[in-house]
Amino acid sequence: MAQSATPKWTELAVGTAIIEPGSARQNRTGDWRSQRPIWDHDKCIRCGVCVIFCPEGCIHFGQEKDTYPSADLEYCKGCAICAQECPTTCIQMMEEEE
Amino acid sequence: MEKRIGLEASIAVAEVVGLCDADVISAYPITPQTHIVEHLSEMVADGELQAAFVPVESEHSAMSVCCGTVAAGARTFTATSSQGLALMHEILFIVSALRLPVVMAVANRSLSGPISIWNDHSDVMAERDIGWVQIFAENAQEALDLTIWGFRLAEDQRVSLPVAVNFDGFILTHTIEPVLMPDRESVQAFLPAFEPLMRLDVDQPITMGPVGIPDIYTEAKKAHQEVLTQSYGPIVETLDAFAKSFGRQYLPVETYCADDAEVLLLTMGALGETAMTAVDQRREKGDKIGLVRLRLWRPFPFDDLIRAVGKVPVLGVMDRAISPGGPSPVASEVKATFYQQEQRPKVVEFTVGLGGRDTPLSDFDGMFDTLLAVHRGGEIPKPTIIGLRE
Ligand code: SF4
Ligand code: SF4
Repeated sequence: MAQSATPKWTELAVGTAIIEPGSARQNRTGDWRSQRPIWDHDKCIRCGVCVIFCPEGCIHFGQEKDTYPSADLEYCKGCAICAQECPTTCIQMMEEEE
Repeated sequence: MEKRIGLEASIAVAEVVGLCDADVISAYPITPQTHIVEHLSEMVADGELQAAFVPVESEHSAMSVCCGTVAAGARTFTATSSQGLALMHEILFIVSALRLPVVMAVANRSLSGPISIWNDHSDVMAERDIGWVQIFAENAQEALDLTIWGFRLAEDQRVSLPVAVNFDGFILTHTIEPVLMPDRESVQAFLPAFEPLMRLDVDQPITMGPVGIPDIYTEAKKAHQEVLTQSYGPIVETLDAFAKSFGRQYLPVETYCADDAEVLLLTMGALGETAMTAVDQRREKGDKIGLVRLRLWRPFPFDDLIRAVGKVPVLGVMDRAISPGGPSPVASEVKATFYQQEQRPKVVEFTVGLGGRDTPLSDFDGMFDTLLAVHRGGEIPKPTIIGLRE
């Protein structure tokens, strides 16, 4: 059973443990984002460095051959680490509109 | 069959940790706790106790090891004192918040500075809010009894909280007293196998100790506060069970000659024994003096204290620690207990026996005289440090 994000004090697991493995996926860190990564496919060499550095693990290459990386915006929190680490500086951070 | 033997309280405590079949002991030696862990490490080295003894480089690490081993389901013991307890400080809160039932002996000693290895209660009073069950022993027998009981209570699934058993450094830790040492069978009959509420298990992964975001922290604190407060019921129940098994009854608050007393003095720890002798002497002269011996410090036994004091109009409180710039810790708790009560005693505050300063019978006589003077209508004196050179 999924743990509620805002449980009553009586509903917490003993010692506030997280008893459901993988439940961090329920935390939509995309809500935190104030800017989003934009890829310039002309400069991207598809090395995968951004995928490795993303702390949310939310950058994926598509299933198709020859696709480019993109961020899952449900989880991308806009930290810009990918843009910082990309060796070809092909990721630009764009301000989110309200 | 229990055996009557002469043992140093430290050795007695180490021996019963063996009888309780602790799986892990992790500790760093510090005066005056040293004999406890020395003896345990010998027991492990000699194969008398099948346990892992984890030597560490600090008390911070000792308590961190305990955190991990209890989380893995191992019955775990540690012991410390003074600066060592202070160095554990941040982990003490975590162990209790994670509901990990470590049992720890605290050989009470003053905190620096100035550097002092001698006895008072300033170490434990500085850890008042750690969220542990905290209890005090008055003699070697109580120290070993409460250690056995400590495992039973800590591991009780209704509680699942760490327990600190306090006994006075040197006065108890280094004194040989006659004790009744229970046999292994009766200890094991009293203490069921450790069945943790939760344990680290690779086949059923859980996260212990995650971040508590603002949406969670308040609820987590309330849950902790509630389980510690509610542990009072299991505490009384398991102390009764201990009495049934071993014939020695302990209560959260105990009294001595309180029934017809005109004035009462509240003590904690080993000085309670000297206080009883002092009361006996004054009773022979006809002074109606009694004692309240506060055994359980957390959860604080408000109702027991109110009952123990009853209608007695004057209550002296002995603190073995000071809180610079504020009221002494025990007196402040006692006053808070009675503030909302219609019937409340006049509270007279004494600070006693700091940093190993002796508290002879004559000091008790002085405190009794002060309490009797208040009873006769005298003013309540300002908080007094007994034995201070002025
Ligand atoms: S690090 Fe830069 S170049 Fe490499 S795959 Fe990511 S976006 Fe493309
Ligand atoms: S901005 Fe941060 S979270 Fe978003 S894709 Fe880049 S590295 Fe990942």
